Amino acid sequence: MARVILEVRDVTKRFGGLVAVRDMVFDVHQNEVVGIIGPNGSGKSTMINMISGSFAPSGGSIRLNGQEIAGKPAHRTAQMGVARTFQLVRLLPELSVVENVVAGAAFGHRRRWGREAEQFARALLDRVGMGGQINMPVASLTYINTKRVELARALASEPEVLLLDEWLAGLNPTELETGIALIRSLRDDGRTIILVEHVMDAIRSLCDRCVVMSSGVKIAEGTPTEVLADAEVIRAYLGADEDA
Amino acid sequence: MSATDVRNLGLAALALGIAALLPLYDTGYILSIATTMAMFTVLATSWALFSGPTHYISLATAAFFGLGTFVTGLGFQTLPFWTLPLIAAGLGAILAALVGMVTLRLSGVYFVIFTLGLAELVRQIVTWVQNRTGQRGMYVLTSITERDIYWQLIGLAAVVFLAGWLIARSRLGFALRIIGNDETVAKHAGINTALAKVLLFMVSGAVAACVGAMLAPRYIYIEPSTAFAPLLSFQVVIMALLGGTGRLWGPLAGVIPFTLLWEFISRNAPNQTLLLLGLAFLLIVYVLPGGFVGLYERVQRRYRMEGR
Repeated sequence: MARVILEVRDVTKRFGGLVAVRDMVFDVHQNEVVGIIGPNGSGKSTMINMISGSFAPSGGSIRLNGQEIAGKPAHRTAQMGVARTFQLVRLLPELSVVENVVAGAAFGHRRRWGREAEQFARALLDRVGMGGQINMPVASLTYINTKRVELARALASEPEVLLLDEWLAGLNPTELETGIALIRSLRDDGRTIILVEHVMDAIRSLCDRCVVMSSGVKIAEGTPTEVLADAEVIRAYLGADEDA
Repeated sequence: MSATDVRNLGLAALALGIAALLPLYDTGYILSIATTMAMFTVLATSWALFSGPTHYISLATAAFFGLGTFVTGLGFQTLPFWTLPLIAAGLGAILAALVGMVTLRLSGVYFVIFTLGLAELVRQIVTWVQNRTGQRGMYVLTSITERDIYWQLIGLAAVVFLAGWLIARSRLGFALRIIGNDETVAKHAGINTALAKVLLFMVSGAVAACVGAMLAPRYIYIEPSTAFAPLLSFQVVIMALLGGTGRLWGPLAGVIPFTLLWEFISRNAPNQTLLLLGLAFLLIVYVLPGGFVGLYERVQRRYRMEGR
């Protein structure tokens, strides 16, 4: 079995009286794509936000290569090797496309600067399929291209773990195929990826393993085929029999 | 360093050199206006180093400036004069660090109001200390002439422009631009946003305090209500925004016309200067959102498009 990169142990997050995530436990291995799935409001984004350092867990531990990252500020977790994209794409509108990617390379896990960073950024933009669009102003990019730039920015620090928060959401069917192929190709490069996703096709074809959350707790874990056949998972998504 | 960099540095050095020759031509009225311009150029440019990329509008200039004038006021009899701007810069940086650590977590309008309040707070503290010790204002009687002050300011301007040029090319400058665009992205890219902001705020605070220390002999008599006058903070913001903060030379392009107009109005209709401030502000908001720099870039772009 491949080396464990990320260990999530008994992680809990309370917002006042509301428990958004309770006692989550899972591992992510090197070169693995793990999907965190579940109905809306099940705590997936909260889980991602705790891994990326957006907020601190109320309890439990998150270790990256054995080092504690729970509760560290976001810039520290980024430097230690966690990179992410955002549910609603966040680009830097006053910067050029290349600068947007250099932003990911200059301060993160593996730092690059100057001409080296720029060349690296251009190579990554090429890698994610931006083609000839890299000289366009950020504001005039198509939706999928904004997603590509954001992905390239996240890749630019050569993270240990890449967090994709609904990266495929909002793409049309053709773009979705392209997007899935792109993420699959990243896995083939040997990246370790955690993705939060609603698109079932993507989950089936991309994830090695899925962690299913409902109301803040893990209700199932396994390969996509296993978990999607699990009675409790079906109940969480579709409601209990008596309600149906 | 590219050929354009060398050319720009050469041009800047030439411009500063020519500016430094001015006192040989006139030591009266023109020098007086030029000194005011030099003062605002340094203040607005250093203000823009921080507020330009981050979009954090600071109204704390008067606090740092006033601090600087008091350093000179208290120290000119006992210390060699050349040490005073340096001491002021150090104290300005410390004050900026303290204020920055507390306030830079605030965003938008909260930061603006706090920095405005800061000048007032410092002024009240100084007044209180003076009342306790039975002091009133201070006379700063020195042999320093307007010409000396002018040359000091030109020297400081050179330092500020060089610092700004270096920062813009550094990771720190790049980090500040990212922060100004999206602070969340900046954090997740690995930038210690609080540290980056505090560092640049310190540069800006140190320069403003340094200017205050240099200018004190010009005022002859210093008291808290004039040294910490909030009007100064607003003038600096308006001039910098009028010129535009997108380029290093932007604030200068705002300072020159604004100072001339201000001078003209205060000679002819002394009570209407605030009107100029208001009108300039409206002009920036409605017509010149990027200042003269923005206008210049728009024209340049159009010219290029037609050239194709």
